[in-house]
Amino acid sequence: MSGSVGKVIKQIFNLPTDLLLECGQTLKNIELIYETYGELNADSSNAVLICHALSGNHHAAGYYEEENERPGWWDALIGPNKPIDTNKYFVVCPNNIGGCHGSTGPSSINQETRELYGPDFPVITVKDWVNSQALLADYLNINCWHAVIGGSLGGMQALEWSRLFPDRISKSIVIAAAPKLSAQNIAFNEVARQAIITDPDFQEGRYLDSGKSPKRGLRLARMVGHITYLSEEAMRNKFGRELKEGKLNFGFDVEFEVESYLRYQGDVFSESFDANTYLLMTKLLDYYDPAESFDGNLVKALEPIKAKTLVISFSSDWRFSPERSKEIVNALLAANKEITYLEVDSPHGHDSFLFTEDRYINALTAFLGN
Amino acid sequence: MKTLEIINNWVSERSVVLDLGCGKGEILSDLISSKNIKATGVEIDSLNINESIKNGINVIEQNIDEGLENFIDKSFDVVIMSQTIQVLKEPKKALTEITRIGNECIVTIPNFGHWRTRLSLLMTGKMPITDPLPENWFDTPNIHLCTLKDFELLCEETSIQIIEKISFNSSGSSNILTRFWPNLFGASAIYKISN
Repeated sequence: MSGSVGKVIKQIFNLPTDLLLECGQTLKNIELIYETYGELNADSSNAVLICHALSGNHHAAGYYEEENERPGWWDALIGPNKPIDTNKYFVVCPNNIGGCHGSTGPSSINQETRELYGPDFPVITVKDWVNSQALLADYLNINCWHAVIGGSLGGMQALEWSRLFPDRISKSIVIAAAPKLSAQNIAFNEVARQAIITDPDFQEGRYLDSGKSPKRGLRLARMVGHITYLSEEAMRNKFGRELKEGKLNFGFDVEFEVESYLRYQGDVFSESFDANTYLLMTKLLDYYDPAESFDGNLVKALEPIKAKTLVISFSSDWRFSPERSKEIVNALLAANKEITYLEVDSPHGHDSFLFTEDRYINALTAFLGN
Repeated sequence: MKTLEIINNWVSERSVVLDLGCGKGEILSDLISSKNIKATGVEIDSLNINESIKNGINVIEQNIDEGLENFIDKSFDVVIMSQTIQVLKEPKKALTEITRIGNECIVTIPNFGHWRTRLSLLMTGKMPITDPLPENWFDTPNIHLCTLKDFELLCEETSIQIIEKISFNSSGSSNILTRFWPNLFGASAIYKISN
């Protein structure tokens, strides 16, 4: 029987040191919010780090108060007897720096100036995140992760972990990711950023004190993003050309179900997410390119890796298509690394990593457990 | 001597080995425990892939028919292709490719020139159904069957060198008949080749 990890609580980790960021700035007084599920074993060999994607957070599994409230974002995969089995593994999921769910980010107060960071929060990178996660590992007495796992931007963190700390990770699981963004990926991110920045309520990022935030911009950004997370097939199956009221109204209000869905997603998101964080996250994605410091040679960039790597892609993912995953796989092969690759047939597009397609789940379970 | 034992004898300690069409990873698992090799498998069947992962084998989901360009020249000490070449669309291209990727290659093939196959065709006038080739012509995945002689001619044509060769009868053993008349008495054969 697979179940829920049950009621969970947020924990806070105050970084013992300042963090020198890749951009050259130093970030001080950093707090990381995180959750853990399961128990760390005596020799600390069963720890699994979960890295969240663009709009994710530390609440990956279980629930806070009511059992009927929406569970953590990866609850389908994390729990007793689930693929990331909390009877076996000690699972850790932090909210990354720059986030808006409790960890130090643009909506936090800069302890030095006593003012909100807002748009002055430094542009962070995947490498900075991994460095902060390594400090969390130290604090939790985890010398070596049994596995680091992530989907999308989370997959990039898993790959980066194996590159930057080859002796501190046994297995790296990189799901629905890419070794760097394509021009098309960056283009979509730029549309999202422009939607936010050109919203009059954005006020150059200093909206937090004004009581008005760029919700319209954030909403649009999320709507565009959401289109790229689904596949054409998933949209057709879910909405088709279904009309909300069963007939055309010859107007510009919501008529098609897909419009209603996108507006709803946008509304929910714009109420719960911070616009400056969204800008930061999309920039961080655009910047990610481990090969850049090696003259574009990804094989060289992946040279330090010692972990066994599992790369999984999904057939209908056009945001980070299987071809993008294969770039990682082929570079790892060329670098003579231990690599397993799976291309899973799934209709859910980029979001497939949040679903429980049999092949995906079986491979994940087997790879983690062997 | 069985195929697995021969492969074991032909692969040196700590080699870097690629098995194309690795199935559930049986050969690689065996070589890991006996020769401490560094193993990678390529497989297309999803159930086999999952079994390979369970067996701790590094496995890449890839269709060999769509090419092996992603494997760089001489990046493996040994490339194994066991009972696979006859199911491929382009066996000739595959042979050239595996000898490009591996310093040495181990290939096993069923022999369509075996006396039982020849006799079956002669007597019944129908496509032979034998123990090593049990499917009907319309069901078989074996779309490019050949005799040992055919295989050796192809190696010659593509300048591939046959370093060693052992053929077996239907019960998997090698004897005086399979040694002297392999193309008649060998039900299958194992080759060590290189370019």
